[in-house]
Amino acid sequence: MEMLVYLIPISLFLGALGLGGFFWALKSKQFEDPDGDGQRFLTDDWDEHPKP
Amino acid sequence: MTMAEISRPAACPACSVAGSAEDLAAQSAPTEARFLLSLPTAHCAACISAVERALNTQPGVHEARVNLTLKRVAVDADPNIAPDTLINVLNGIGYEAHELDAATLSATATDRAGRDILMRMAVAGFAMMNVMLLSVAVWSGAADATRDLFHWISAAIALPTIVFSAQPFFRHAMQALRVGRLNMDVPISLAILLAGAMSLYETTQSGHHAYFDAALSLTFFLLMGRYLDHRTRAVARSAAEELAALEVPRAIRIGEHGEETVAIAELTVGDIVHVKPGARVPVDGVVTHGQSEIDRSMLTGESLPVFAGEGAVLSTGEVNLTGPLELQVTAAGEDSSLHRMAELVAVAETSKNRYTSLADRAAQIYAPGVHLLALFAFIGWLWYAGDLRLALNIAVAVLIITCPCALGLAVPAVTTAASGRLFKKGMLIKHPTALERLAEVDTVVFDKTGTLTLGAPQPTNLGDHPRRVLEIALALASASAHPLADALSKAAREAGIKPAKVHDVTEVPGHGIQATLADQQIRFGRAAWVGADAGAQTAAWLRIGKNAPVEFTFADSLRPGAQAAIQGLLKQGMTVQLISGDAPGPVADLASRLGITKWRAEALPDDKAQLVQALSDQGHRVLMVGDGLNDTAALAAAHASVSPATALDAARVASDIVLLGADIAPMSGAVTTARKATRRIRENFGIAAAYNAVAVPIALLGFATPLAAALAMSLSSITVSINALRLK
Repeated sequence: MEMLVYLIPISLFLGALGLGGFFWALKSKQFEDPDGDGQRFLTDDWDEHPKP
Repeated sequence: MTMAEISRPAACPACSVAGSAEDLAAQSAPTEARFLLSLPTAHCAACISAVERALNTQPGVHEARVNLTLKRVAVDADPNIAPDTLINVLNGIGYEAHELDAATLSATATDRAGRDILMRMAVAGFAMMNVMLLSVAVWSGAADATRDLFHWISAAIALPTIVFSAQPFFRHAMQALRVGRLNMDVPISLAILLAGAMSLYETTQSGHHAYFDAALSLTFFLLMGRYLDHRTRAVARSAAEELAALEVPRAIRIGEHGEETVAIAELTVGDIVHVKPGARVPVDGVVTHGQSEIDRSMLTGESLPVFAGEGAVLSTGEVNLTGPLELQVTAAGEDSSLHRMAELVAVAETSKNRYTSLADRAAQIYAPGVHLLALFAFIGWLWYAGDLRLALNIAVAVLIITCPCALGLAVPAVTTAASGRLFKKGMLIKHPTALERLAEVDTVVFDKTGTLTLGAPQPTNLGDHPRRVLEIALALASASAHPLADALSKAAREAGIKPAKVHDVTEVPGHGIQATLADQQIRFGRAAWVGADAGAQTAAWLRIGKNAPVEFTFADSLRPGAQAAIQGLLKQGMTVQLISGDAPGPVADLASRLGITKWRAEALPDDKAQLVQALSDQGHRVLMVGDGLNDTAALAAAHASVSPATALDAARVASDIVLLGADIAPMSGAVTTARKATRRIRENFGIAAAYNAVAVPIALLGFATPLAAALAMSLSSITVSINALRLK
């Protein structure tokens, strides 16, 4: 049962991490253009070097 | 002809309007540095790179980014770049593009409300999953100190979450209570708050049952319903706003320094405005210079163009057909006819908001019922067992178990499914209760010009004329962009007629075209100008020398699917009526062609609204279908209303449903879908009631546990959602 002292905080921390990730994605407009983002990685425009 | 010009009518019916906006934009010197262009044909990764590469290589363009979901490209550029050059660049590489009015769209640029609900939903989901894990441990036998610990941790997660995530419900409940009404959010808020408070108290007393997980899953599921509801409306709203944004509100003002393009809002009374042929009249005004013909079908329904010379009074929304006009502004801003129309629409909105939806009606029965039941349980147990804590526990259990989790999903799940289905067929459901009202309709009133017809004339008596006459007529007609001349030359060319050789072809704006042929003067145009007596039908006249004038008659071409739509509606047992501002001849002709027995011609805008009102007073539920300013009052007065995408903005705003394609046939299917959707909503209420019939006695008898509440809640929510999906 002593394990709970570690396990519960860890599970809460991991869950909060996921929630924080979702917030970050929402704030940084990752959901503005779902169709376009799905297509964009198919282009080879910046394959040689990253976009300046 | 460029590719974009060919594909324009098919791809986007609203672009007949955009044409004039682009003409204006051609001479513009925009002040803003950010443009939005609509890209209706973009669909793939190659489209994105092609468009972005083409625009980014343009001098003056800082950055262009395509949004494929919205089919738009946002361009940041120097202020002196005209959107028209960018549109030409895109047309050059084969993409259709139209300028969008950024001011109209800014309202939906960031969907704040949607993001807000999504955020609250994510928090509720996170908290629900964690608390559920702890609750499972309690249900499977954790006891004493462990159970208390788990309850305390649950409380620490659940209480802040409730405060944050359930706010929308608390806010709506407060709004309803403040005006002395009960809505669905009142029992929801009460159940969530009491469950939280009661569970906290039980935890301090090391009680066995805590309902933290129930309070959280209730919040989560209900927020899901809210979000679905919001999404459906946001999609419709942004599509509707894009239609509006295609009409960039600009006018060409003739100032001291020549012509300048300004926003319509900047015009003041007394300004002189230039209206090009083919453009829409931007303000109310009096013609000071020039002659032309005016198409006022949007305002009055008349299909015959009207002559406009100096001193003629023009209203906003009319289309200038042949010659350039200069107009002195007589009303701008709040006095303009367009603004008066907008006020009318605002009145209509409130009258439609007064309609009580099925959900509201259910809430009015449900909310007091639940509260009385909980009170009854509390008093009953207090009297029977004499234990305040036990009685309160049971009363809260009753509130939680009866809480309308399924009811909260019952309506949004169905309307989302139905709206999605209709959207695929090209119909935009704009109003939240539009489907329910559409399902109740028993009478349909159609407008003629622009609704059942395309507003584009077709020659009807080409076969009556000798070939030589047709050749001469074609020679003259092909010199003009007037809709009648255009239709005649198209039809004649299709019939294999070659234009005759004529000389000195000149267009006399507002009258017609003249030329000479072997020293004879030929005129083709309005009856009076040619020297003939005008008939009732839409016609153009040809006079060769001193011969008697020859008449070319025209009839409006039918909108595709009009026949199918009316047959479908009649088959469903609806009464179909036709009311138009046009002359009796064309109206009677169209009515007999479509099998409509009841029709009325030469109706004024007030007549249309009065007809709808009279039918409503007789107990009929009227569906109004119209497109012009003259239909707006009737659209607003009707029980439900539909307008095509080519309709004027005011008409589109006044209607509940907008048809996105040129085809009107899906309309009869919409009524069927709406009826099915309403049936599903009722079924969902039935499911929720049946589940309550089982659960309530258990809760009343004091056998309800948090586990039973969690199971019942999830089960009923899933059943309701699946039933909604059956609509597809």
